[in-house]
Amino acid sequence: MTTNLQQMPPLLEVRGLTKMFPATIALSEVDFSLRAGDVHVLVGENGAGKSTLIKLITGVHRKDGGTILLEGKEIDPRSPRHAQELGISTVYQEVNLIPTLSVAENIFLGRQPMRWGMINMRAVERQAKQLLQDFNVDIDVTRNLSSYSVAIQQIVAIVRGVSLSVKVLILDEPTSSLDHQEVEMLFSVIRSLQERGIGIILITHFLDQVYAIANRVTVLRNGKKINEHLISELPRVQLITEMLGKELTQDTHSRDDTSTSKNTNRVPFLKVNGFARKGTIEPFDLEIRQGEIVGLAGLLGSGRTEVAHLIFGIKQNDSGEAYVHGKPTTIKSPRQAIRHGFGLCPEDRKVEGIIGDLSVRENIILALQAKMGWFNYLSRQKQNELANDMIKALSIATPNAEKPVKELSGGNQQKVILARWLISNPDFLILDEPTRGIDVGAHAEIIQIIKRLADEGKAMLIISSELAEIVAYSDRVMILRDRKKVRELEGDDVNENTIMHAIAAD
Amino acid sequence: MKSRFIPLLMTFIVFAAMYLFAYSRFSSFGSMRIVGNLLRDNAYWGIAAIGMTFVIISGGIDLSVGSVIAFTGVFCALMIGRNGWDPIPTFIVMLTIGTFFGATMGMLIHYFKIPPFIATLSGLFLARGMAYVLSTESIRIDHPFYESVSKLVYIFPDKGRFTFVAGAFLLVLFIGIFVAHFTRFGRNVYAMGGNPDAALLLGVPTGRTTVMIYALSSFLATFAGIVLSLSKQSGDSTIAVGLELDVIAAVVIGGTLLTGGVGYVIGTFIAVMTLGTIQTYLTLDGSLTPWWIKIVIGVLLFGFVGLQKLLSSRQGLRLFSFGRDRKELQQSA
Ligand SMILES: Nc1ncnc2c1ncn2[C@@H]1O[C@H](COP(=O)(O)OP(=O)(O)OP(=O)(O)O)[C@@H](O)[C@H]1O
Ligand SMILES: [Mg+2]
Repeated sequence: MTTNLQQMPPLLEVRGLTKMFPATIALSEVDFSLRAGDVHVLVGENGAGKSTLIKLITGVHRKDGGTILLEGKEIDPRSPRHAQELGISTVYQEVNLIPTLSVAENIFLGRQPMRWGMINMRAVERQAKQLLQDFNVDIDVTRNLSSYSVAIQQIVAIVRGVSLSVKVLILDEPTSSLDHQEVEMLFSVIRSLQERGIGIILITHFLDQVYAIANRVTVLRNGKKINEHLISELPRVQLITEMLGKELTQDTHSRDDTSTSKNTNRVPFLKVNGFARKGTIEPFDLEIRQGEIVGLAGLLGSGRTEVAHLIFGIKQNDSGEAYVHGKPTTIKSPRQAIRHGFGLCPEDRKVEGIIGDLSVRENIILALQAKMGWFNYLSRQKQNELANDMIKALSIATPNAEKPVKELSGGNQQKVILARWLISNPDFLILDEPTRGIDVGAHAEIIQIIKRLADEGKAMLIISSELAEIVAYSDRVMILRDRKKVRELEGDDVNENTIMHAIAAD
Repeated sequence: MKSRFIPLLMTFIVFAAMYLFAYSRFSSFGSMRIVGNLLRDNAYWGIAAIGMTFVIISGGIDLSVGSVIAFTGVFCALMIGRNGWDPIPTFIVMLTIGTFFGATMGMLIHYFKIPPFIATLSGLFLARGMAYVLSTESIRIDHPFYESVSKLVYIFPDKGRFTFVAGAFLLVLFIGIFVAHFTRFGRNVYAMGGNPDAALLLGVPTGRTTVMIYALSSFLATFAGIVLSLSKQSGDSTIAVGLELDVIAAVVIGGTLLTGGVGYVIGTFIAVMTLGTIQTYLTLDGSLTPWWIKIVIGVLLFGFVGLQKLLSSRQGLRLFSFGRDRKELQQSA
């Protein structure tokens, strides 16, 4: 650590911060300090207490102990609004904007430019457009927020955050739904904010991003601060070890070749020919055999989710045919798909999956119970068994299976939904971004589970933005670009380099 | 056409259709006489409906408005007609009581997390009970002020009368539109209805706003009670029973989503005028009982809730189709 840095007074300082929830100590005696112009990354496993730390600083939760100092003066943020007035602005883990208001209004809610005592709507729209253009995003700001993709909504949230006159900007996993290009865009803005002397706290699970943008890292584990480092002095292995409290058994080899050759003898489970839907995706062929994993790669918006939706019957194809076990089949609704033994774990789990007030156990059992029919009730004992198995297998951080899901940390909620689809035991499982927001430890765990399921004979189609991950489990990889299947890679071609080139352009 | 305007457009089409139909049967619908009367006769519940629009946009409901109107009427009649108070101070006192009453319901809803349905249901019983306690009989008001207000009219060339009450209605309408769209309070109301959790995180003062929303609704209900008292020149604890349901129906027919976040004050006004037109038509026609209005409300309500479902599911579907936005992004890059 250079003496120069030590002498600079911290912009934001936290001492002995503690937060207790019923049955959980979310944060215990945590010290943390942020200097002006720093990008300070918080890392830790799912449930480590990262979001809780943020929520205490921004007044979402009230602290049970400790002090928070902003520019040397003690503060006690009572609400996000209060924190905002103090100069601390936040973009939360889940997109937290108003879907029914326009993009422009979302950016300026609560601080609209006024003229003659009334909101100057034209100025709101003009300034919103300008702010977005600084991010190279040129969209119609008068349209409802809900008509835009998650990525754009996230960018809008960030634009809102940085357009406040901030001293401290906090970003809680802002990049988990952004693609490569968009992350770069965001990082360039972060760098320019950094130059303006704003202190930035960033939470992310992507270690590459940590090394790309951070100058300081604080590691949390089980609600405690483990260590603080200058990024330049922290080797990756040490970072992971500190996060997990143990060494990670790396496993990123591709699946062994024997299983691939085995697969060619296997019966195809699903085959689609010339599947297409106008304006959504151009005709594509795809064959998935039992016990085979097909990865689906492409940029955000290249049509990956649409392929999944078409196959699962959420959207209907307007040309092409499908065969299940070689028999011609129509899949016009998710119900039909489920009857053929399909399962889909969706991308936007917040909207499409989680039921916050139900317990972890109830959320996990939901799909299985629905498949069995509600009259064929699973005994409580069986439910407990299944739920506890999954909590162990995915290391879901929860004191017990009866905790309401909404009280889990973001990453652990993801795991619960994944568990739901894993136990419903389909013949063919589609996973849309199964590891988003999940920490490195559980990440490896999930990849193991995916491989095991394939070895048990399930056919799988997996969408992921992480190439290393796709390479780790895929037998074949289908590449999409601009809503078109551009290539299919097999065997030795399944490596990051080839995929990257195929995604970009040949 | 933005999809959020579709319900409003439907509201207007229904109104235009109804009005033209009425006009085709009775040419008097083309005169200022009917227009003036429509404004006058529907002013009191129209004013309450404008307050209700804010409540429903915020994702809440206010069941107490009918009772508040009745209580106001009785209170004014008792104070002015019996106790000889001057009208203006009486109104000020009554508006203060009403606002305070609404603010209390808002506090119960926000700070004690009592569902709006329950909090305002107790408000309904409380205000109605108080009205009965004050007086069970109808009280007349004979006061020079009331006389002069009733003479305060603008007469159109065709003898149509634009009354003080109608003017008050239009004034509330304009202020309502202004508050909804051009003040931070108004936009916060929309934000809370769109996503209450996010609104809090975005720095919307949800507590204060909730209190203000219910205070506003009760204030306008009280004002509606005063308006009714001015045109009826009496107070009666049995009036406006169940009026809150008509008011809620008008707000929904006016294109406001019951789930909150979307709605227009002008839509509520058009819906009130639509129902008023039908009522007037039924009265003029005479061959059908006026109770047909209830059936029409039922049908319209059903149609509009159906439309809302349709639109919201279309919006839901759009969440899945990222295509267009992506293209827009790339074009800009
Ligand atoms: N409202 C709540 N009620 C009860 N427990 C809670 C609540 N919010 C968080 N917790 C618990 O506090 C702990 C820390 O959660 P937190 O959200 O801070 O984790 P995190 O580090 O942000 O994880 P992730 O990477 O998954 O987002 C978790 O065990 C969680 O279950
Ligand atoms: Mg979190």
